[in-house]
Amino acid sequence: MALLEVKNLGISFGGLRAVDDFHMEIEQGQLYGLIGPNGAGKTTVFNLLTGVYEPTDGYIMLDGENITGKKTIEINKHGIARTFQNIRLFSELTVLDNVKVGLHNHYKYSTLTGILRLPRYYKVEKEMNERAMELLKVFDLDKEADYKASNLPYGKQRKLEIARALATDPKLLLLDEPAAGMNPNETLELMKTIRFVRDKFHMTILLIEHDMKLVSGICEKLTVLNFGQVLTEGPTAEVLKDPKVITAYLGE
Amino acid sequence: MIGFISYLVNGISLGSVYALIALGYTMVYGIAKMLNFAHGDVIMIGAYVVFTTVSGMGLPPVLGVLISVVACTVLGVLIERIAYKPLRKASKLAVLITAIGVSYFLQNVALLIYGANTKSFTSVVTVPALKLMDGQLVLSGETIVTVLACLIIMAGLMLFMKYSKSGRAMLAVSEDSGAAQLMGVNVNATIALTFAIGSALAAIAGVLMCSSYPALTPYTGAMPGIKAFVAAVFGGIGSIPGAFIGGILLGIIEILSKAYISSQLADAIVFAVLIVVLLVKPTGLLGKQIQEKV
Amino acid sequence: MKKMSKQLRSNLITYGIVVAAYIIVTFCMQAGMVSSLLKGLLVPLCVYVILAISLNLTVGILGELSLGHAGFMCAGAFSSALFSKITADVIQPAGLRFFLALLIGTVVAAIFGLLIGIPVLRLKGDYLAIVTLAFGEIIKNVVNVVFLGRDSAGFHMSTKDSISLGLEPGGQVLIKGPQGITGTPNDSTFLIGIILILVTLFIVINLINSRTGRAIMAIRDNRIAAESVGIDITKYKLLAFSVSAALAGTAGVLYAHNLSTLIALPKNFGYNMSIMILVFVVLGGIGNIRGSIIAAVVLTLLPEMLRALNDYRMLIYAVVLIATMIFTSSQGGQEIQERMKAFFKRRSKAEEGK
Repeated sequence: MALLEVKNLGISFGGLRAVDDFHMEIEQGQLYGLIGPNGAGKTTVFNLLTGVYEPTDGYIMLDGENITGKKTIEINKHGIARTFQNIRLFSELTVLDNVKVGLHNHYKYSTLTGILRLPRYYKVEKEMNERAMELLKVFDLDKEADYKASNLPYGKQRKLEIARALATDPKLLLLDEPAAGMNPNETLELMKTIRFVRDKFHMTILLIEHDMKLVSGICEKLTVLNFGQVLTEGPTAEVLKDPKVITAYLGE
Repeated sequence: MIGFISYLVNGISLGSVYALIALGYTMVYGIAKMLNFAHGDVIMIGAYVVFTTVSGMGLPPVLGVLISVVACTVLGVLIERIAYKPLRKASKLAVLITAIGVSYFLQNVALLIYGANTKSFTSVVTVPALKLMDGQLVLSGETIVTVLACLIIMAGLMLFMKYSKSGRAMLAVSEDSGAAQLMGVNVNATIALTFAIGSALAAIAGVLMCSSYPALTPYTGAMPGIKAFVAAVFGGIGSIPGAFIGGILLGIIEILSKAYISSQLADAIVFAVLIVVLLVKPTGLLGKQIQEKV
Repeated sequence: MKKMSKQLRSNLITYGIVVAAYIIVTFCMQAGMVSSLLKGLLVPLCVYVILAISLNLTVGILGELSLGHAGFMCAGAFSSALFSKITADVIQPAGLRFFLALLIGTVVAAIFGLLIGIPVLRLKGDYLAIVTLAFGEIIKNVVNVVFLGRDSAGFHMSTKDSISLGLEPGGQVLIKGPQGITGTPNDSTFLIGIILILVTLFIVINLINSRTGRAIMAIRDNRIAAESVGIDITKYKLLAFSVSAALAGTAGVLYAHNLSTLIALPKNFGYNMSIMILVFVVLGGIGNIRGSIIAAVVLTLLPEMLRALNDYRMLIYAVVLIATMIFTSSQGGQEIQERMKAFFKRRSKAEEGK
């Protein structure tokens, strides 16, 4: 059984059919790419998968559970975490605290415990710090743990967003243009990190990307979206050779 | 029945004053995206200027009103230039606090000049009262002038916004000031013009309000200012017809509550209606719905 | 964990400032150096400090503009004053009664915060601000029309006047509408005020530096991202808003028990008061708890110190307010600050070099 199974997914904004009859199957541990020209509806698919928008048609199954129409928070608890095309960090919080917010639903103590500083507060906070530092180390951010998130350089902000998403312990990680705005060296490093994350955490990753070097370098399977519909899908090498795909990107 | 109609008329009259003040609020909010808390106090200054020129110096009322309009226009532009313009890029809260500072400033200047005692304002309206339905329903001259003035100004303002170059510049700035600037609109001048118009309207509102409700103190403008702001939000802040509708409705609700429910609770009822409206329609009656993009 | 110790030190300094202020003032009082005017200001100062700290929770930590904070203070003040008046002869000692009054005022304000927060927190920005202002005014106005009396048959309420309560002879009018509540026991002292400030600080600082506080600040910084990592937006917004309201209620209790007559006026429970507290918070630095305390004290004392200037003092206050905002928030002002900082840095470096 696939980890993520999407069938017939669609949404209309007013009269506009932004995504139509979208389908996708992602296996556990796969590195999957969602590509397509600008305005094809890729981010809309992410927003549908994460409950930002409620689909008008179709269903989404995650690990055998139907999560269609659930709220963002619920979907995150079911195991989907994401990053954003335009970075969305908790800019005034420290790097460490950004990750600790990601740990929110896994390391718990009550508000009263926090205010009264009961022993459980110290115990759980210590565990949270350890876990957060562990995650930061993966992304080579541990030295910047005390920095304000907004003071990080751009590339590191992207990494922090991934670390925060991973902190929620997801089954499926969605990355929305993780290499946007990075230079070739940074992209190369990012590719390594993504592969590492998949291997270390046995993570399943779905990413949107325009950088074809990254896509062809790490994605095992691709779905191509054009005008809100699936143009084609299949193993990366085959899809990228498909004349239909080339036409969609470059025009006739 | 006659009682109800006459309350309604009073409500429309008071509502017209609110609408005039709300127009200033809404235009400034639409363009500078700020809550100009000092707007209500400009009304008070406008009324004091007429009080000084007409009651004190014995000038003809028309001239007094004219001087007041000019004085408030200048005052509005000065306030913008000195207090708000340096904060164009500052946080909303910083601007709000500055506006509160300006409000305190105007109140205390008036307090220094005129003292805390209530001044009795002589009506500037010379239009005779109109008796309808065999004299059962009396429309005072103040009511007639207030409602007419509000209608004319409102219509004029809509035409100005639609057809004049400056009016369209205002619309452009309120939509996207950055883009407007790139298109060659002088944003600073447009904002100054907005303050000028809003303050001129405030002067007229002040004179008309004090003609109907003649007690004038340095704090006269504060509560009507807040209520006009409520009216602007009620109608959908940023929308000119919204400010008009909001103002009129607010005036009617206030007068009817005073008449039929409780005069002490009238303000509470006005605020309660605002809350209900905003909960049903979070951007007011005619406000635009904006969604955050993910 | 270097960061923890730094944070801890900063918090200890804040507590220390409050304790030191108490010691200094007490010492000065014993030395007879404190004017009766200032003595009268001590409890109100504590009230304002608590209000400023609690509002900072809403404005600085939750990031929502509230203009109705005085309304919650009003709810706390009236509920507790009523309780104290009713039980003045029943519950002894006075300390226990005041403690119960504190609990009641705080809880009542928290309930108001919760009830108002549920609808209000769906709105955003300026809309939220105006609706909180509206609620604050409603609370004040409603309190002004309530008449409550008690006789052997129990409690009677009216919104007209004391006569329509229809009390038996010997019945007692507890709330007299616009005349408010008279005869509240004067239980508030400067010491209690200081203790309440410390308790407020303890609650707010510990809340901010906990899992809950992080969730609240995450919502402030980026609601959409907070949702995406599974933070329940409504729950934490309501929590912050209610705690803020509850602490305003505590301030209200302190305020009410410092007066023999409690009346809801625009000056004490209207939007003017809400705005004044907001000024403390903004001038003290949004989200900066210690700043709120200092701003509340300085800005309360400033007009009093300017008393000699009589009619000009509020004018000066207004000018100071505008000038401070322009200096701290305008681009020009920030440039000047940067230059001043650079200047002092150079000087201290030059001195080190000597």
